Amino acid sequence: MITSDPTASQTAGAIILHVNGEKHALTVDHRTTLLDALRERLDLTGTKKGCDHGQCGACTLLVDGRRSLACLQLAVAAEGREITTIEGVGGSGAGQGAGPGSESGGQGELHPVQQAFLEFDGFQCGYCTPGQICSAIAMIEEHAAGWPSAVTDDVHPEAAPQPLTPEEIRERMSGNLCRCGAYMSIVQAVGYAAGARHTHSGPDEGSAA
Amino acid sequence: MKEFAYRRAADVAGAVALLDADPGARFLGGGTNLVDLMKAGVESPERLIDIRELPLDGIGRTEEGGLQIGATVTNSDLAAHPEVRRRYPALTQAVLAGASGQLRNMATVGGNLLQRTRCGYFTDITQPCNKREPGSGCPAVEGEHRNAAVLGASHHCVAVHPSDMGVALAAYDAVVSYQTAEGAGELALSDFYLPVGDTPHRETALPSGALITAVTLPPAPVRSRYRKVRERASYAFAIGSVAAALEVRDGVVREVRLAYGAVASRPWRARTAEAVLRGAPADAGSFAAAADAELAAASPLTGNAYKVTLLRNLTIAVLTELAELAEPAGPTGHDQEGSAR
Amino acid sequence: MTSTVPAVTAPVTAPPTALGTARTRVEGREKITGAARYTGDIPLTSLAHGSLVLSTIARGRIRAVDDAAVRAMPGVVAVLHHLNAPRVRGDYPSIMGMAPDPTVRAFQDDRVPHWGWPVALVVAETPEQARAGADALVVAYEAEPHDTDFSGERTDAFALDGVVPATLAKGDEEAELAASAVVVDASYTTPEEHHNPMEPHAATAYWQDGRLEVLDSNQGASWTAEDLAKAFELEPGTVRVRSEHVGGGFGSKSVRVHQIAAVMAATELQRPVRVAMTRRQMFSLAGYRSPTDQRVRLGADPDGRLRVLSHGSVSQTSSVYAFVEPAAAAGRVLYDAAAHRTSAQVVSLDVPTPTSMRAPGMAPGSFALESALDELAERCGLDPIELRLRNEPSAGPLSGLPFAGRNLRACFEEGARRFGWADRDPRPRVRRDGRWLLGTGTAAATFHAFAVPSTAAVTAWADGTFTVRIAAADIGTGARTALQIVAADALRVAPERVQVRIGDSEFGPAWLAGGSAGTSSWAWAITPAAGELRERLALGVDIPADGLTVRSDSTTALAGQEPAERHSYGAQFAEVAVDPGTGEVRVRRMLGMFAAGRIVNPLTARNQLVGGMVWGISMALHEEAVRDVRSGSLVGADLAGYHVASHADVAHIEADWVDDPMPGDPIGIKGVGEIGVVGAAAAIANAVRHATGVRHRRLPIRPDRVLCGESVDGGPAGESLERGLPGESPDA
Repeated sequence: MITSDPTASQTAGAIILHVNGEKHALTVDHRTTLLDALRERLDLTGTKKGCDHGQCGACTLLVDGRRSLACLQLAVAAEGREITTIEGVGGSGAGQGAGPGSESGGQGELHPVQQAFLEFDGFQCGYCTPGQICSAIAMIEEHAAGWPSAVTDDVHPEAAPQPLTPEEIRERMSGNLCRCGAYMSIVQAVGYAAGARHTHSGPDEGSAA
Repeated sequence: MKEFAYRRAADVAGAVALLDADPGARFLGGGTNLVDLMKAGVESPERLIDIRELPLDGIGRTEEGGLQIGATVTNSDLAAHPEVRRRYPALTQAVLAGASGQLRNMATVGGNLLQRTRCGYFTDITQPCNKREPGSGCPAVEGEHRNAAVLGASHHCVAVHPSDMGVALAAYDAVVSYQTAEGAGELALSDFYLPVGDTPHRETALPSGALITAVTLPPAPVRSRYRKVRERASYAFAIGSVAAALEVRDGVVREVRLAYGAVASRPWRARTAEAVLRGAPADAGSFAAAADAELAAASPLTGNAYKVTLLRNLTIAVLTELAELAEPAGPTGHDQEGSAR
Repeated sequence: MTSTVPAVTAPVTAPPTALGTARTRVEGREKITGAARYTGDIPLTSLAHGSLVLSTIARGRIRAVDDAAVRAMPGVVAVLHHLNAPRVRGDYPSIMGMAPDPTVRAFQDDRVPHWGWPVALVVAETPEQARAGADALVVAYEAEPHDTDFSGERTDAFALDGVVPATLAKGDEEAELAASAVVVDASYTTPEEHHNPMEPHAATAYWQDGRLEVLDSNQGASWTAEDLAKAFELEPGTVRVRSEHVGGGFGSKSVRVHQIAAVMAATELQRPVRVAMTRRQMFSLAGYRSPTDQRVRLGADPDGRLRVLSHGSVSQTSSVYAFVEPAAAAGRVLYDAAAHRTSAQVVSLDVPTPTSMRAPGMAPGSFALESALDELAERCGLDPIELRLRNEPSAGPLSGLPFAGRNLRACFEEGARRFGWADRDPRPRVRRDGRWLLGTGTAAATFHAFAVPSTAAVTAWADGTFTVRIAAADIGTGARTALQIVAADALRVAPERVQVRIGDSEFGPAWLAGGSAGTSSWAWAITPAAGELRERLALGVDIPADGLTVRSDSTTALAGQEPAERHSYGAQFAEVAVDPGTGEVRVRRMLGMFAAGRIVNPLTARNQLVGGMVWGISMALHEEAVRDVRSGSLVGADLAGYHVASHADVAHIEADWVDDPMPGDPIGIKGVGEIGVVGAAAAIANAVRHATGVRHRRLPIRPDRVLCGESVDGGPAGESLERGLPGESPDA
């Protein structure tokens, strides 16, 4: 049994992408990644291309609520999935309506993670930022669901829940490279947004003083 | 990337039939390795058969008291599963040590086993590589080989298998189930990967056209641990790793499982070391002797000899840690069943 | 947390200055919502996509380009190569009189000077079609023997002046060495390092009304426009370059083949064409920091006072360009000695052309010099900070010029207090935390401070708002926000009333985002224009509908500056943990105390300084491009093979500063873009020495190198082998 459009050519197909609550019908070259479909076909350019090979995290978005890499996801294979990009994580219009050269970023409501990135200066050049934010939003949910990480001491399911310490945030966010090196303020922002403690006095167990 | 056809398979028989009918076809799971390699020109399938919607995404207990893991279970779901965390903690640790949160949400169990080496010559189609282009040569032997194999390699290929998950699976005696047009079959993980020899391009013993459907874990010692060393703290492939499970009674090793990662073309089950350890005192001396016995077969190149020291040290460290958990020293310690520290 | 200080409380006549108060980024909301458009994000009707084809030999000639099959591929609209591409010049003077990068002359002849040289561009309707065409293009080569084997031992190394002279020397080195009670003589190496901004280089070119429009990711729009006009021999006013948002640069985002190829294709096809580098292509097209092999000889009296400072550096350049990494220059600023010699040599190889990368010269040079100082301190039995303070010069060691603010001592003293340096036990390998050996280290930092002539325009509007126009670039520095503060301060209005427009060559010549001189150079232009506008408005002039504009050019003002040693300084501190069983090194905490001029916006300045220190971690432990000398190509040239620090590598970093206004600067700015990385790798290497007893003189300090420095029984290997102290790393 096959479900792709039999009328399309062998190497392209008509699909419907569900993005930020909207349906988009388009015919895609099977080679087209979800990343390129969003950027080149739907003008949703908030999702960035940093390496195109799953090695940097700049293209992170949510697929069925889970963080994924748009560069390794073929658009044709993303049909039927619920895709949320940086343009869709905030309230309505947070990322909409800003054309080239626009000075406004839209006036919709920001997601608490976005707000924290703004206030803690969790970015510099801003290119990895949409990916960092999408990653953080999903990561906070993963942690809340009880998923352990590589730095979780005890992965036993009956172990006490691991608080979202700066160390946990760092490990869980490591798939998002930031070449500007804004990691300190990103971790602060994520910790603050996640309601973690100690965010104002610095993200770590101790201070350098 | 070359153009290709795409089909979404709805059931296992259909998927296998589609592949059987088209020698240029490949199964597409999470795509984290295949799509990457297609972009790099290393893989050029004419047709992709998308198997992500096959009903192979469950994890359940087997009659023998083990665990069966569907082939399309994502790495994230595998690592987070309570039964895995409770009974095979080294598997959870290994999966979590690999890739990133995003990639683990996409990558599947079956795909993990079939992923290709990250050797820099293999992934660059402008370079010779016997694995990619048989007979073209292996520049790594005299070139960059810091992360090359020290066990089981040949001068035809010194690439390492990059999987973390596979190392834990090897330690747990995993069995791989598959389906072909002719029917179902099984392969023990120890027989799954072929020796390198002079055919490094032939990587697995899977029959042609086979679809991996599940990985089954028999019951195993609960006290287990995976430790990985890499060149940055996260989001990097291993340069050496150890999966170990240990049962100690009265200071003597009763059962042990030991597997190494990033040292061979496959997850390396350290059976020589295990044989030395069974019945031996559970102390650093035995652990060192076991590692030495296993690593006596190592034939490192000039730039990767450090791996022998690294694996020896890791073996001692991980087994010592497990031995202390099994029979904690000190009056207040107690054996905590299932602790996976 | 609210970082923005409300300005509404200020009286209209004299609001408090926003200078020095933390303000979130002007364009922050755009960046966190995905609304900010970087070059590749800007949609254009009938846009075509260009994909570059790179050489697969390291030296030779192109014999043939079989483009017929590719031209027939679906969607392909053009294939450009040396037989059909428009002609460009590459012999014009670019920034600071230097020649442009040689890839500007792509597709001009059949020569292939290195692996990964651009040989063709395939243009197609979609990115997939362009990439497939580029992959399919068959280029036949006539390969010639190549040489990519860099080493400091090479006899063909030659002295090369760069922006600073190759060699500066005084005194009798051999005599002073003979008179020295304590001598350190060691070699240090740093590998080939790549900028890797997160946004790959990209440009879109199109013609409109007889003018060439280029949307580009670069560090200076007017510089890029000038260079493109020279390369294509166009009238200067006919090229416009815009770069509203730039996803990092670090020295790599200059005029390179992507703009050239985009302009060629847009000209040929008379439609918009975008050319973006792939991540892998950036490793041979975007420049890089040359590897260095450095020898440092220090001679001192028993009390640590230097008699000899001799620092020689060898780096590589390409066979088609003379670029020098001035790694020995730090010593010209930091320390004096009776015999003082610093020199730079290069080896010409069949490799891509290196370029400036964040803290050029100073980053690799400070690793060598500040490691050597640490070795000297140990041999003298002196605290490393005390050794440095004993060698503080009172004037430029070679120039004799006065320092325009030198607050290195304050950095060390305040840094030592905050870091807890006084409690440090100098003995190596005596602290443990479980499997980890712990150690701390320190190093000095310096980077030059300067300003370059620029132009700006400030406009007053009838509604009480202002617009600043300057061809500045915000590559992540927070320039837009800093310049808003600078202008508001000069206008004596609240920053909210000032809009800053940057990244457009229409705004006139301006210095680029580089050399830690962006903010200072742009402020030199904005401040007088804003000041004059404020004075005119104070006279009660009417503001016309098209605004009242004052333009400025800082050329004359800057020419009047007195000669001086102008530099920023810093003291870097690091604590590391090393597992001697696995070779893993973790940086547990870092502190950087800087004297870097007046800080315009503490929020963004701190971020940038910390970012520089993250680069230090990355440089010390991770970064290294490995070249296969047989093929001449890099191995693993992507972000999986070339490691930059990840979140998990950065535990706790604190950056702060001492009061250090730059004399003579209208605002007191020195610049913070580069100083954060200087000395950071040395502080980490010195901490690793303190933790393990092993001195690592080769970067990065990889697990295999740490393991090789350890003996089988634990403890540093090679106690009896080494030439100086116990525990020299055997591969150092």
